[in-house]
Amino acid sequence: MSLNQSATQIASDVASRLRSAVDVCAAALSRAEAVNPRLNAFTQILRHEALCRARQIDAAIARGEAPGPLAGVPIALKDNICTRIGHTTCASRMLESYRSPYDATVVQRLERAGAVIVAKTNLDEFAMGSSTENSAFGVVRNPWSPDRVAGGSSGGSAVAVATRTVPLALGSDTGGSIRLPASFSGVIGLKPTYGRVSRYGLVAYGSSLDQIGPFATYAADAALLLSVIAGRDPNDATSADRAESDFSAAARDVDPAHAIRKLRIGIPREFFADGLDPVVRDQVEKAICEYRAAGAHLVEIALPHTKYCVATYYLIATAEASSNLARFDGVHYGHRTPAPRDIHHLYSASRDEGLGTEVKRRIMLGTFALSAGYADAFYQQALRVRRLIRDDYSQAFGQVDVIMGPVAPSTAFRIGEKADDPLQMYLADVYTTSANLAGLPAISIPCGFSASGLPVGLQVIAPAFEEARLLSAARFLEQRGDWHSRIPPIE
Amino acid sequence: MNARRVFKGMPRIANLEIQPIIGLEIHVQLATRTKMFCACAAEFGAEPNTRACPVCLGLPGALPVVNAQAIELAIRAGAALNCSIARLTKWDRKSYYYPDLPKNYQISQFDLPIAERGWFEFSREGETRRVRIRRAHLEEDAGKNVHDFPGFTAVDLNRAGTPLLEIVTEPDIHCAEDAREFAIALQREIAYLGIGEANMQKGQMRFEPNINLEIRDGEQLAKTPIVEVKNLNSFRSLHGAIEFEIRRQLEEWQERGVTGARGNKSNRGWDDVRMVTVAQREKEEADDYRYFPDPDLPPVTPDARRVAEIVGTMPEPSGVRTARFIREYQIPAKDAPALVDDRATADLLDAAAALGVDRATLARQFLSFWQMQANARQISIAGLRLPAGVFAELAQMSSSGRINATAAATIAGELVRRSDTAAVKAGEPLSVSSLAAELGLLQTRDSDQIAGWVDAAFAANAKAVQDALANPKKLIAARGFLAGQVMKASGGKADPKIAGELIEQKLRALAGDAARS
Repeated sequence: MSLNQSATQIASDVASRLRSAVDVCAAALSRAEAVNPRLNAFTQILRHEALCRARQIDAAIARGEAPGPLAGVPIALKDNICTRIGHTTCASRMLESYRSPYDATVVQRLERAGAVIVAKTNLDEFAMGSSTENSAFGVVRNPWSPDRVAGGSSGGSAVAVATRTVPLALGSDTGGSIRLPASFSGVIGLKPTYGRVSRYGLVAYGSSLDQIGPFATYAADAALLLSVIAGRDPNDATSADRAESDFSAAARDVDPAHAIRKLRIGIPREFFADGLDPVVRDQVEKAICEYRAAGAHLVEIALPHTKYCVATYYLIATAEASSNLARFDGVHYGHRTPAPRDIHHLYSASRDEGLGTEVKRRIMLGTFALSAGYADAFYQQALRVRRLIRDDYSQAFGQVDVIMGPVAPSTAFRIGEKADDPLQMYLADVYTTSANLAGLPAISIPCGFSASGLPVGLQVIAPAFEEARLLSAARFLEQRGDWHSRIPPIE
Repeated sequence: MNARRVFKGMPRIANLEIQPIIGLEIHVQLATRTKMFCACAAEFGAEPNTRACPVCLGLPGALPVVNAQAIELAIRAGAALNCSIARLTKWDRKSYYYPDLPKNYQISQFDLPIAERGWFEFSREGETRRVRIRRAHLEEDAGKNVHDFPGFTAVDLNRAGTPLLEIVTEPDIHCAEDAREFAIALQREIAYLGIGEANMQKGQMRFEPNINLEIRDGEQLAKTPIVEVKNLNSFRSLHGAIEFEIRRQLEEWQERGVTGARGNKSNRGWDDVRMVTVAQREKEEADDYRYFPDPDLPPVTPDARRVAEIVGTMPEPSGVRTARFIREYQIPAKDAPALVDDRATADLLDAAAALGVDRATLARQFLSFWQMQANARQISIAGLRLPAGVFAELAQMSSSGRINATAAATIAGELVRRSDTAAVKAGEPLSVSSLAAELGLLQTRDSDQIAGWVDAAFAANAKAVQDALANPKKLIAARGFLAGQVMKASGGKADPKIAGELIEQKLRALAGDAARS
């Protein structure tokens, strides 16, 4: 079996009984078990549960039941998505042994589509980080260079796909947590429009920014997965009531004469200013030239509030996080300190023992930003700037169809390189947070490698609910190069 | 109400003029089938933690969804409180740590409540008094800590997420009696309009008065610190707590001269046995609830048409209805509660009146024999389960003189009796006029027949008639007497108007004869 086999192909093979879901699943499990000791991509490999599910799918197909668009496709889920199978740890000591009594909406939709969850992936604790160094269960290593980070916070999901353990994975993106690891690991990572995918069952970090989205090797697979998980959910009041787009159509072979010709691509000058690694700049510019060569128009645009994005993001996300994480108090579930003296000690000791340094830092920042006397200068001010950032984008999208630039200012950095400097770490999010603040869909597309063999991602941002444009752009680049199909050396 | 008055319960001390300033915060549990933000049943008294789901347990990943019925009931309450209903209302998180609050924040409404700036009236000593309403907002209730176990505290989250409406009044109340009467009237209205069951024993309505005193000593004005008494769940405790606080604050001021300043509001609890308020442990720091808009819930924008529809289809508030009943049905104020308090009965009265009958007659019949029939069965008039048309027809027959008052009462009794029969239950209509005919209770308007009874009455009482003709002073009494005799002879069926006319004619004729002879 080819490691590069697409989810689309697997589903079709399993549905037509060319291969069994059990065989596909067993292969994925073996690969996960082989990869994990080196790269630490998974918090749990769900061998028993996955094989059970695969057997059910084979049996259903044998009975002649319609198998669903992801029949027998193995998938890995970021471990902040609630599943009844296994644990839902958020890579935190606090939830190390927590079992969710319910499935997230995306999990229900995956089950209905016939997907098989084979593993849950490692992440920065509660999705707070840009390198997956903040996991209570250890750092995720970059498959292209194991002394480097895989990016975060969905590092495990990116690596699961990059190593071809699974053709598809789900991550969550609050300030770049899908796109950044996708870029560092050389796979497609798509953050949908805010509201496109239900958040019900995604353990909240920054609720007004969080979105679940797909990782994939192929644009068509990302489109297929998005089609399965997207749509209004009565359990999520912020999920959008939109007729689903046909995402798969957008990712079919792109005829450049149609899809790319006359495409107006906005190039924000702020995304190519100081601080951008020339290696990244080179690869991104080359990729953009491919579009131009196919007839796209490049338009220089301004997103003047870009310089405030990181500050705005870290105020809003931490403010929401300080409230979202208040529930982890040792009273109802999760870690409880063994010998509490009184209720206050129960709270403080359980939280102190259960939560990691970065999580505590963000809770403190957010609590401060919301405190009486400071809320106006920090939280309220951040909301005002957020509106300005949104306005920047609406203005830009008056002139262009998509916006392109780098995902991250650099390629994957060394483990530990920024771990002691939170501010440097936060700057890794400089190009990604604005899409979250504006609620826009954005994608990281593999577009090249550095001389030392580290992947570079091209970021494409579209107007709200125009994910189809992102998938077309990805499919186009797929046809122009082999960056997406290179497999990191694992053995 | 707004006139400055000396608090009557206090002895007047020197030249001090003491004005208690009281505002109320009232929590009302809304009568929704499910909780505020999830589909769990909002029930009282179930096994602990059996009415709980990921949302009300605050489990990781769970998200709230607004209960549309709660919005409707809150709009209804807003209308009953004469508030303006927000065009845009949003949800905010109020943060504090407490074991019965699973998320450690409560979803509430901070700066954009669903209703604000209204008023509510109640009457005391025959006088209508008005209290301004500052705001009414929606929020979720917390669970309950249960201290029934040695060595640890248990938490029951059945109540967590139950929809509450918090109503905040302006400090327009100046004595404990007014507070109590206001609370009673409000409780009745909430229940009347189906906004909440408002059962105090079940904790479905709780009061928290804010109390302080303005003490005027000549030109000097002192204010005592504001005290909020928490969680009062009876009218008695509300009254008692205010009474007690007024005395306590005055004494404290006299002994220690403590006056209020910004921020030194304190909370006290109520000891229902000793009837005293007790200081609650003060927190080391001021509360900072760190309110911010809940990102999980989009703002609610009730459009004007929907609001109009909700207000238009809601029951008439009992206060409004009372005033209207007194006016339209010409009933004495003291009788109004008997017609208004049971909403179904009041609706029935309105429905019968709408069929176009004399309202005064209808109301009189409700208050007399219909009420008697209902009382005898220990149910309401509506509970008699007779169609509105029956009440209307009976009133119509009375007011048009086809039956007399006694006959109407008899027919009513018979209607109630027959409504239980199998035929009626099977759908056979009850006809009042055929029943009256069957019972021989229809008044006759046949002049010849009535003339016969009149002649008989004159013949049987010839002497008395002669005396009356001779002595005009006796004439009035004689008319009444003769009419009575006619009614008696006719078995109540003679139309009294026609009988009266015939008696008059005959008397005049006899008087003419006497004059000529």
